[in-house]
Amino acid sequence: MEIKVLGPGCAKCKSTYNAIEKVIRENNLDVKLVKIDDIEQIMNYNIMTTPAVVVDEEVKIKGHVPSESEVRKLLGI
Amino acid sequence: MIQDFADWLVYGLFGMSADTAAGVAVNFFFYDTIKILILLFFISVLMGIINAYFPIERLRKYLVTHKMYGLQYFLASLFGAITPFCSCSSIPLFIGFVKGGIPLGVTFAFLITSPLVNEVAVAMFLGSFGLKVTLVYVISGIILGMVGGFVLGRFKLEPYLTDWVKRIQADSSLQSEEWEKDSTSFLKRFPTIVRDAWKIVKGVLVYILIGIGIGAFMHGFVPEGFFEQYMSKDNWYAVPLSVILAVPMYANAAGIVPVIEVFVAKGIPVGTAIAFMMAVVGLSLPEATLLKKVMTWKLIGIFFGTVAFFIILSGYLFNQIL
Repeated sequence: MEIKVLGPGCAKCKSTYNAIEKVIRENNLDVKLVKIDDIEQIMNYNIMTTPAVVVDEEVKIKGHVPSESEVRKLLGI
Repeated sequence: MIQDFADWLVYGLFGMSADTAAGVAVNFFFYDTIKILILLFFISVLMGIINAYFPIERLRKYLVTHKMYGLQYFLASLFGAITPFCSCSSIPLFIGFVKGGIPLGVTFAFLITSPLVNEVAVAMFLGSFGLKVTLVYVISGIILGMVGGFVLGRFKLEPYLTDWVKRIQADSSLQSEEWEKDSTSFLKRFPTIVRDAWKIVKGVLVYILIGIGIGAFMHGFVPEGFFEQYMSKDNWYAVPLSVILAVPMYANAAGIVPVIEVFVAKGIPVGTAIAFMMAVVGLSLPEATLLKKVMTWKLIGIFFGTVAFFIILSGYLFNQIL
């Protein structure tokens, strides 16, 4: 599984990244977590609001910081 | 009520006198801090609710598919005002608009209002200047976006977009994206919204405290009407000067409004103060650097120049009517 956090680097994008990282670490999951802050790449995903979370190339969350339960759902746990 | 609490705390509990400059300053500090924090929290929650349910994709589609004879500038500007996205969401939204084939002028209308009218600015204005000035600020911010966007749209600025944005614009098409239904219920979302609002408050808390601290000091120690001799209404260059001074200043609304409040109380005309505020919040160098991704420097210059021009105009206007 590969998760990408899209965001040009604002506070919300960072907390999204940290929230996902925390769940992955706590559960020892085998997930690749990447942060994308290049706007050209971000726009390839056709989103208009950041932060966004992409799971295996599919946009799952856009425009808000996910709560921990949302993250768990994304990760399938 | 808050004033009673501040009075009780400072004059009662601390035993300071209401007749001394220090007593007045400390009282002002507590009163303003409590009032503004409460306002900021509630406005952030409100904006968070709007943000969570605002149908951005649907609005974009609507703007493209309907011919609106100028109303689209109003909608884009209003949209910029009510969406509390963080500053870095402005660029993805800008591209999203361009991608959808929305004219550049309409996109600019959004881009002007978006930083200008935001939850922090509104809460600070409400707390510091009251409802009337806040309404004037919000409404004129929206009008500024409309007029600025309309004028910029007339300039034919497309050639000054950066190359990759031009490419996007060339093959712009409205993807028939289905409007995703948000399945998360309000009750489930609400705690997240409150948590985010709390984060906003926490994020700007230190600026608010510093701003109110400086404001409180001036409130207690600077004599009434002190600034009037330097920046009166009759002084024609006061408005442009304050706008020009404001552009390189990157203070967020949280830190700057409490200081401005005191400037106004001590004799600076409200119009000049609002123009200054608008320029600080709406035109900032960090924003220019972000925009560099989508615009050439020339276009950023034209954009800032036009907006500054209209801010100066509204400054004069407010000085006349307020």
